[in-house]
Amino acid sequence: MAKVSKSPWLLHYDASSCNGCDIEVLDCLTPKYDIERFGIINTGDPFQADILLITGGVNSQTEPVVKQLYSQIPEPKVVVAVGICACTGGVFKECYNIKGGIDTVIPVDVYVPGCAARPEAIIDGVVQAVAILDKKREEYRRQKNAK
Amino acid sequence: MQVLSVIGYLILAPLAGGLLDGIDRIISARMQRRKGPPLLQPFYDIGKLFSKEVIAVNNVQMLLNLSYLVFLAIAGSMLFAGKDILMCLFILSTADMFLIMGASSDSSPYANLGAGREMIQMMAYEPLTLIVAVGFYLSSGSFQVSDIIGQQYSSVLFMPGMLLGFMFTAAIKFRKSPFDLSTSHHAHQEMVKGLTTEMSGPTLAIMNIAEYYEMILILGIFCLFFLNGNWWSWPLAIAACAVIFFLETLWDNASARLKWKTLLDSCWVITLLFGGVNLLILMLLK
Ligand code: SF4
Repeated sequence: MAKVSKSPWLLHYDASSCNGCDIEVLDCLTPKYDIERFGIINTGDPFQADILLITGGVNSQTEPVVKQLYSQIPEPKVVVAVGICACTGGVFKECYNIKGGIDTVIPVDVYVPGCAARPEAIIDGVVQAVAILDKKREEYRRQKNAK
Repeated sequence: MQVLSVIGYLILAPLAGGLLDGIDRIISARMQRRKGPPLLQPFYDIGKLFSKEVIAVNNVQMLLNLSYLVFLAIAGSMLFAGKDILMCLFILSTADMFLIMGASSDSSPYANLGAGREMIQMMAYEPLTLIVAVGFYLSSGSFQVSDIIGQQYSSVLFMPGMLLGFMFTAAIKFRKSPFDLSTSHHAHQEMVKGLTTEMSGPTLAIMNIAEYYEMILILGIFCLFFLNGNWWSWPLAIAACAVIFFLETLWDNASARLKWKTLLDSCWVITLLFGGVNLLILMLLK
């Protein structure tokens, strides 16, 4: 059963973050937080990822990249927006180049608030994403069987 | 007996390989003061990969990966059936060629770069591998694995240098740092995932299973160094393999990735020093 939830692989992308949230994402890999104990691997490769972790709001330059990364991840997949910028645009919301949160370009499943999002919050968000991933996997299997 | 050991290899090698990988990941984590993933994590990973959507980047990659798997299984079967070691090593290199073709069949520049580096890695370890095969021949008078393990004394007494050299180059085969140029099990950001960049879901799972076959095959060759006609050489060989595997993990965690030139230079120097000198002495003795 719950196969994906036991080995969710992450892909992290920085859409336009100030780097604060990125450091916190990297923090999750350190011995103190050690997300590998959940079987999570931080891959750099969309082809092998299950969870897309995005920090920072989307601007006109990163929009096509976000869309492409999303399309390259095989089903089932979930998107986690990390940090207030990724959720809504945050302090940069009114900037002329910012489109807003990640959900203005691709569907987002989990929002992790905070500026910068704390590692605990990020891990919590990822764990919630894993639950959603399981549901999506069931759906995906049903669709495949129906075909 | 032969049939049994081949069937045993075909069924048990992926399981043993997966377990070893799990142990390796836990030991690595402990060395970094982390808790690490559960022991069965590699199996969860493979199960998940098979349940993912198939994104085929082209028609041949899956086929080439399957060939990689099949050829590795054949090479391993030859070793475990007690057949010709030289043939086994040649098939092993052929299998690697399929992986390289599989990686260079897609359009990703990272995968192509990885394929190029894999080729360089082959150039680095292949000379010593051949020297080891010749070493077995000189010490036992035969290329047949069944003759090598039936000797009165373990081969390692005649070829300690080659064992050291083989331990050095085995890090390439195990895809361990500092030699994990073409792809690695850890985050590999400088060229994404190298060789495996465009492999996803089931294609990657098959490549992983093939790697487990290869891992057991290499450990099997390590065993050859220690096995002789006496029963007690078997536990000794397995214990030696465990120690060697631990050393590879230690080395993996203690070193950073090298450039390809350093890899090539160091491997060839080691091959000449340990393999070549050992071979010369062996030729004089025998
Ligand atoms: S949420 Fe705060 S720390 Fe994170 S990217 Fe935005 S401004 Fe930076």
